Amino acid sequence: MKIPNFFKNLIFGVPIGITIVDSVGYVARVDGISMQPALNPDKNTTDYVFLNRLAVRSYEVQRGDIVSLVSPKDPTQKIIKRVVGVQGDLVKTLGYRELVVKVPDGHFWIEGDHTGHSMDSNNFGPVSLGLLTAKASCIVWPPSRWQIIQNFLPTNRVPLNIKPIIRVF
Amino acid sequence: MRDHLVKLLGTLGYVFQYGCVVHCTFEYVGDFVLCSGPSMEPTIASDDILFTEHVSVLTQSMKRGDIVIAKCPTNPKQQICKRIAALPGEKIKTGFASYEFVPLGHVWLEGDNSSNSTDSRSYGPVPIGLIRSKAVCKIWPPKHVTMLSGT
Repeated sequence: MKIPNFFKNLIFGVPIGITIVDSVGYVARVDGISMQPALNPDKNTTDYVFLNRLAVRSYEVQRGDIVSLVSPKDPTQKIIKRVVGVQGDLVKTLGYRELVVKVPDGHFWIEGDHTGHSMDSNNFGPVSLGLLTAKASCIVWPPSRWQIIQNFLPTNRVPLNIKPIIRVF
Repeated sequence: MRDHLVKLLGTLGYVFQYGCVVHCTFEYVGDFVLCSGPSMEPTIASDDILFTEHVSVLTQSMKRGDIVIAKCPTNPKQQICKRIAALPGEKIKTGFASYEFVPLGHVWLEGDNSSNSTDSRSYGPVPIGLIRSKAVCKIWPPKHVTMLSGT
């Protein structure tokens, strides 16, 4: 009588786990140096972040959020980047084939903080919002790095359309 | 009173458990999609219901000619139903004498009704990550129940 009970728990337990991971969020390890210094500040620390899926249910992201998405180049890979521009923004690019890009509808512009060491929109252009999977909301491990990830955008990366224009005559 | 509460909690627990099982089935095995719009005529008419499976998307085994359901690249809340016209690395004709190569990790989607379809010809190659499922058969209306296989 014991074994059927075990299987019954398995049949219900696994879907419950998957559903929670799918709809609430999960913890993931950050690989690579593309988000230095916000994540993985030096090569000896590996950060674990909580990826919040509830926050992106309606595909709403703010400039400065750190998000995870399916890589447009390789659908089996997930990447973690910072949102620089949302739809309609004029973004000054860093090494893309156009100097200034207007982000099309339903797309966003993402960049790694470590300029030059990151596969991001400067490489493959604006990314479709449908690839968005989660928002990174806090660092959960190691304990010395416990913190809530703040929304932050370097002033020199603010899109041109919301930047106050200062003209010197 | 306490008995009722315990019973209620028990029922809610069952609803939660079965809800999770249903979620996993629809997310990882297969689900039903109501199609609207003329872009896939004559294969699929407006208001047909399709049965779609997620397994071949999860195992990355899509072929040219498959009909797939994907998130619209220009509006993630909308879904589109198109046919895969070219896989990564293949050449696709975009004009009278112009060709384009489909980049890595993307596919070229086209509707069967090429005169009335918004597809890759207007928004370019679509990332594979946007594809949700592959259509297997048409189950509604009952007169037109057919398997949908690649051409």
